[in-house]
Amino acid sequence: MYSENWNGFKSGVWQDEINVRDFIQQNYTEYLGDEAFLTGATERTDELMKKLNELFKVERQFGGVFDIDTQTVSSLTAYPAGYLDKENEIIVGLQTDSPLRRGINPFGGIRMARQACEAYGYKLSDKIENEFQYRTTHNDGVFRAYTSEMRKARHCHVITGLPDAYGRGRIIGDYRRVALYGVDRLIEEKRKDKLNLEKGEYKTEQIRLGEELYQQIRFLEYMKEMAKIYGFDISGPASNTKEAVQWTYFAYLGAIKEQNGAAMSLGRVSTFFDIYIERDLKNGVLTEQGAQEIIDDFVMKLRMARHLRTPEYNELFGGDPMWITEAVGGMGEDGRTLVTKSSFRILNTLYTLGSSPEPNLTVLWSTALPEGFKRFCAKVSADTDSIQYENDDLMRPIYGDDYAIACCVSAMRVGKQMQFFGARCNLPKLLLIALNGGFDTTSGIEIGPKTDVMQGAVLDYQAVVKRFDKYLAWLAKLYVDTMNVIHYMHDKYAYEKTQMALHDTDVERLMAFGVAGLSVIADSFSAIKYAKVKPIRDEEGYIVDFDIEGDFPKFGNDDDRVDLIAKEITHKMITELRKTPTYRNAVHTLSVLTITSNVMYGKNTSATPDGRKAGQAFAPGANPMHNREENGALASLNSVAKISYDDCRDGISNTFSITPEALGREENERINNLVAVLDGYFAKKAHHINVNVLNRETLIDAYENPEKYPNLTIRVSGYAVNFNKLSREQQKEVISRTFHEAM
Amino acid sequence: MEYGKINSIQTLGTLDGPGVRFVVFLQGCPLRCGYCHNPETQDLLGGTSFSSDEIINKAIRYREYFGTNGGITLSGGEPLLQPDFCAEIFEKAHQNGINTCLDTSGCIINEAVERLIDLTDYVMLDIKFTNKQDYKEYVGCSMSVPLEFLQMLQRKGKTVRLRQVIVPTLNDNEENILRLSQIANEFSCVEKIELLPFKKLCKSKYDALNREFLFEKFETPTKQEIAVLQEKLNSSIK
Repeated sequence: MYSENWNGFKSGVWQDEINVRDFIQQNYTEYLGDEAFLTGATERTDELMKKLNELFKVERQFGGVFDIDTQTVSSLTAYPAGYLDKENEIIVGLQTDSPLRRGINPFGGIRMARQACEAYGYKLSDKIENEFQYRTTHNDGVFRAYTSEMRKARHCHVITGLPDAYGRGRIIGDYRRVALYGVDRLIEEKRKDKLNLEKGEYKTEQIRLGEELYQQIRFLEYMKEMAKIYGFDISGPASNTKEAVQWTYFAYLGAIKEQNGAAMSLGRVSTFFDIYIERDLKNGVLTEQGAQEIIDDFVMKLRMARHLRTPEYNELFGGDPMWITEAVGGMGEDGRTLVTKSSFRILNTLYTLGSSPEPNLTVLWSTALPEGFKRFCAKVSADTDSIQYENDDLMRPIYGDDYAIACCVSAMRVGKQMQFFGARCNLPKLLLIALNGGFDTTSGIEIGPKTDVMQGAVLDYQAVVKRFDKYLAWLAKLYVDTMNVIHYMHDKYAYEKTQMALHDTDVERLMAFGVAGLSVIADSFSAIKYAKVKPIRDEEGYIVDFDIEGDFPKFGNDDDRVDLIAKEITHKMITELRKTPTYRNAVHTLSVLTITSNVMYGKNTSATPDGRKAGQAFAPGANPMHNREENGALASLNSVAKISYDDCRDGISNTFSITPEALGREENERINNLVAVLDGYFAKKAHHINVNVLNRETLIDAYENPEKYPNLTIRVSGYAVNFNKLSREQQKEVISRTFHEAM
Repeated sequence: MEYGKINSIQTLGTLDGPGVRFVVFLQGCPLRCGYCHNPETQDLLGGTSFSSDEIINKAIRYREYFGTNGGITLSGGEPLLQPDFCAEIFEKAHQNGINTCLDTSGCIINEAVERLIDLTDYVMLDIKFTNKQDYKEYVGCSMSVPLEFLQMLQRKGKTVRLRQVIVPTLNDNEENILRLSQIANEFSCVEKIELLPFKKLCKSKYDALNREFLFEKFETPTKQEIAVLQEKLNSSIK
């Protein structure tokens, strides 16, 4: 196939097969310079952004939700066209018919949709209630099949945050395919795949895939219809920059109209766009100003994306996030950098439009990145606290050079791998259940292998390890089984047709498990091993608290005695998980990531042997516990870097806050030093870091005077939030975190 | 192998020499500067004993972060009180390709100190005051030794950063700035001079040590005041 709209592009196998990577490799222009070429916002952009900021303000005043369309079930063609400012927008398309109006998506669970409406003073319409009376949702399916033990594990919060009542998300459609090939070609390829499928054996696997392909094709047709509502024909390839961005955005928009998954990530689009921009610049039909304006308008649209959530959901995922994660930069397999001018342009939106948590800009860091780009990233971090970094040198050998990040830290090949998201289990609680012989003192539930409560006046390290391992094996099996139920039902009742239509039909599946409270459990084992930990028992003999005599090494000080305990626990966890087969033969992966649920996990966990009090928040992700770091920032980073990415292929999240003064006296020094810290951390084979450069006092002031800081953005745990959108409890926890300060 | 007394370690220092530094605060100081920010490092009997190997093995764990100009900094306390220990650390640092920086008041000169300086790549010299009376009164030693120390650095061809803490009413005046610039102009080894604001955050440390913080009565300068003085200073340096 050849399209005129490809004129000027170098040909390659990408024309014969769906292969966006090859298109990029054949056609992109690497950029080794600095940010000097960038332009600022145009007057048009400023005006539009002003209008949008006003809407954001009203949204905040309304308690976080501006409006809900309670009459319509969200889908690609469910709403008429909506605009922020029809005359002046460059990229168009809204989730519903009006800016910031949220749609209803009951496929995950009708109860969640109903409660979300009620929480914001709305009532789900009788029309939708009636429609869903005779429909099985994902949530219905899961709870029909859950075993009694799964329910108990969920109830006592040893496994929690599971996507059993909401969309699982974490799937990245290759939205670029729509721009490069047009929808008709994608349909044609899917039809071919369906015909091929019919040729062989036709059993459970093939029947399921056959139905899925039917749905994929149907939703690609809907996508065309949706674009038509806005006056666009996206059946063929995009012919210029504006169309390439518009087509890509339509594909993404289709996905978020259809699905309200927890994380709806974007992928890796900026270098792809750059190819169209370079062609248009060369042909004299676009200026730098024009290019930035298109990117600005696109990003503005992304910042308007919303899903309707319940307050309980916000406990897990605070700040109303969408995780519109865009992976920027990285290196190519051939040694050229994938940094282009558009990598700069997309980061530049944090200046042209002001700082913002979305899209979740994620720099794929390699020590080989061009110096100019490294320095620009460091400058943007210091100025906006809005970007995160992940280790390209660690991921590229595994995922190649066209992978992206779903949610916070989950790498996958774009269009070739998808993920079954699985939240996380609570390791400190598991330890307490083990010590109490299968009893959870917080909920009063008996769960797990039944045995006696751990005896003795002082906890014996070897005995505790032995017992913990037994419970870990039990939990791992239960966890995999639970995930299998969830994803079986999600595929059955809330399958992501639009996103999966933008994957290869023969897709590789990952199943992402997670752990919470890693630093708490590592410190707990360290205390038992190196100090004297005496259990305190209640009148029934259950262990409810601990008396700790003597000091012990704590995670976050670059001390192998405890750091290797943390590493060993993640290794044991993934090893145990792998013993139970997964639904659709997904590959087991593990993350150390909490989002904001570290507060809730802590609330549901009684006192731990490390001295953490009952109810006290865990540290987020793989972070050391707050204020237990005694040797400064780099020691803390080194501890986290020891956790192996081979064990935790779904990511190891670390959130790092440092005061500007601690990074250096002058801006230039601060930039150089931050680059050195990032280079060092990633050379140590660490996986991820969120960087905040700010003072605790700023956060305290924002806590007390939110109106003074309408746009204060901070990185929390794999994503960024508007500080004001966190709950008071989450805000307090963020303030209590370690800030690395100048001595 | 040499052993020395350490107060603490800061793995990310960015104000203690060029680039990212692994900073070792040594225990013990002969001076009693009224504004001392780390009074807990003064006592010669305090601290924890470490061997030079233990220190260098720790520093090596941070080599990846040092970039093109970072490295190890020995600060204190006063490192010149333990010159052999410091020299051995620096010698081993060089064997491992780590840049060395010494943060000192320059109040001791002897053969061992000279040997230490030979192994130092970068010196941060704290010129506490620029007149003899203030030096005697607020620091408790003669001003001639630090100046002689600076001459030695010049002779040995070292790169030097001078620093001074600015305490309002004591040295936030034009004459002081003028004298500082004269020093800078006289010694070509001086790469730059840094003025630091006097701070009172250390008050709690004095309380903990059951000591009076004699400088509590002084104001802390604003960022603006420091910037104005620094600008004046920079413009009078050739």
